[in-house]
Amino acid sequence: MLKLTVNEEIKFSTALIAKFDAVMSYRYPVGKQKAGLLPILHLVQAEYGWVSPQAMDQVADYLNIKPIEVYEVATFYTMFFLQPQGKYVLEVCRTGPCSLVGADKIMDHIEKTLGVKEGEVTSDGLFSWRGVECLAACGMAPVLQIGPEYTYYENLTEEKVDQLIKDLKSK
Amino acid sequence: MARKLLLEHIQVPDIHTFDVYRKHGGYRAVEKALKGMSSDDVVEEVKKSGLRGRGGAGFPTGMKWSFLAKPEGKARYLVCNADESEPGTFKDRYLMTYLPHLLIEGMIVSSFALGANLSYIYVRGEMMPQIRILEKAIAEAKNAGFLGKNILGSGYNLELCVQPGGGAYICGEETALIESLEGKRGLPRIKPPFPAISGLWNCPTVVNNVESIAAVVPIINDGGDEYAKRGNGRSTGTKLISASGNLVKPGVYEIELGLPVEEFIYSDEYCGGIANGKKLKAVVAGGSSVPILPANLILKNTNGENRLMSYESLSEGGFQTGTMLGSGGFIAFDEDACIVRNTWNYARFYHHESCGQCSPCREGTGWMEKVLHRIEYGHGQMSDIDLLVDVAKKIEGNTICPLGDAAAWPVASAIRHFRDEFEWHVKHPKEAMERNYGLGDYANPLLKKAEN
Ligand SMILES: Cc1cc2nc3c(=O)[nH]c(=O)nc-3n(C[C@H](O)[C@H](O)[C@H](O)COP(=O)(O)O)c2cc1C
Ligand code: SF4
Ligand code: FES
Repeated sequence: MLKLTVNEEIKFSTALIAKFDAVMSYRYPVGKQKAGLLPILHLVQAEYGWVSPQAMDQVADYLNIKPIEVYEVATFYTMFFLQPQGKYVLEVCRTGPCSLVGADKIMDHIEKTLGVKEGEVTSDGLFSWRGVECLAACGMAPVLQIGPEYTYYENLTEEKVDQLIKDLKSK
Repeated sequence: MARKLLLEHIQVPDIHTFDVYRKHGGYRAVEKALKGMSSDDVVEEVKKSGLRGRGGAGFPTGMKWSFLAKPEGKARYLVCNADESEPGTFKDRYLMTYLPHLLIEGMIVSSFALGANLSYIYVRGEMMPQIRILEKAIAEAKNAGFLGKNILGSGYNLELCVQPGGGAYICGEETALIESLEGKRGLPRIKPPFPAISGLWNCPTVVNNVESIAAVVPIINDGGDEYAKRGNGRSTGTKLISASGNLVKPGVYEIELGLPVEEFIYSDEYCGGIANGKKLKAVVAGGSSVPILPANLILKNTNGENRLMSYESLSEGGFQTGTMLGSGGFIAFDEDACIVRNTWNYARFYHHESCGQCSPCREGTGWMEKVLHRIEYGHGQMSDIDLLVDVAKKIEGNTICPLGDAAAWPVASAIRHFRDEFEWHVKHPKEAMERNYGLGDYANPLLKKAEN
């Protein structure tokens, strides 16, 4: 749900706005700028790790649409986080084909290793995790991905997950 | 198998770059179409090819194109559906990863055929790596003069843009996709009007799957008649099959339509058999939405004929004993797989993905998930099984978009074919928590079943 907690004021950097401008410069016909909403929300999330109410209001301003038009979209799509997350969010596919070859065990293992439940953040702020739906990598199952570049990690084993967490910790 | 049409050059190093792709015959279809053909000629070749939409429904692509309205003074759009979210399907991601220029070339030729000057590839947001690959490839193609103004001096202009989704299976449905592309929630529209009349920004629009668009390239290169010679009957050409589950070699395979299912599963050229020396129990042949079949019914139909990987052969027997080719998401289940658990997992998926506009879908998917969960976890009753059938029936056909059907079919077909296993879960809840039902008679010869 949308929680309108008061957060620190944010102000989009000129670099971020330049990225918005780049998207808007060529993609859509005149007057159809609302189509830029999803790409811009992705850019916002890549910058802050989540999409805060303050950020949504500023996106509405930027696109010259009503704030509600941004809220309803940000809450509809599962990729947008409406709460702060860990620096790395492990998104593990839990759908049929992955489940058939061990996704459930991978999720159990991640929960045990990180010591946090689905959706919670580790105390060092580095990790959170959740189950997501089919990532179109079912032949390379089990699979997880990590934003903001959504790199795929395929054919997972418990050892590979351990290594991945170790690598991310030392980054 | 004979020459591959889509994946012919997939092994060539750096085939994802413009130069290497071009060196291997890339962009010949654009040259041929833009220099020597009218847009109607291109549509005609696609019609002749018999190509059927590879996104799931199998509607003839050429016919779909010829329905596109062409009112004066209104833009027309081609939108490529790269939402690929149907569980079991991963061929489009594969194609975009390794052969981005094949899709781009197909988009140019198809946009030309439809008279579109601004076209989109709508890619699900999770495929950010593929979005980067496509953006890079588009820049290369533009640099080489295959996109932009006055392409190859033909006077034809085309801009091609990649648009990310935000994570929502429903955005694969074409009208939800259009809504999403307009920057809204992905709520399917009530049809009619169909997108061919009123689609993106109320303009005539064609939505096509990645693989359909890619197939236009060999169709134009070789001619529609040549393409139609491949395949089997009305299932012309080749198809990418995404194979997953308990197989020795899961992966993406390009098959000629008409290949026997048995050969696809067991031959070393394709999946190499069932993993770990186990036996095959069941198959979902066309992505999670299509009916699941037990091993005996997927290998042979009730007449004892071999099932083939084609639209017609897989649907032989209708929903009683057949299934569908769908998107070509081929999921194999071995003897240890639990059909109840899998059905619950799918029901959970569809409940999660229902957009909520129609009450039969919104409520029914949640109900099915709950009932399947209690059967799987040892609290089911016999009456629950018929309840599931009843709920599925009440969703089917009563919704705005086909997601409702897609949610109902897997449940209805699992109970139709695996009722014994559901009943066993209810009767032996403790045992069902400890072990799986096993193979049952699902791999036994059909004869007994065919009689009743
Ligand atoms: C719930 C739902 C999800 C769908 N998902 C996809 C998808 O991910 N990719 C796709 O190409 N078609 C998908 N479709 C089918 C599209 O609505 C549409 O028929 C297709 O993109 C047309 O392309 P084609 O004629 O080339 O197959 C989906 C349909 C439904 C009802
Ligand atoms: S059938 Fe389901 S997904 Fe489709 S429009 Fe209705 S509620 Fe939405
Ligand atoms: S089911 Fe996990 S990637 Fe498809």
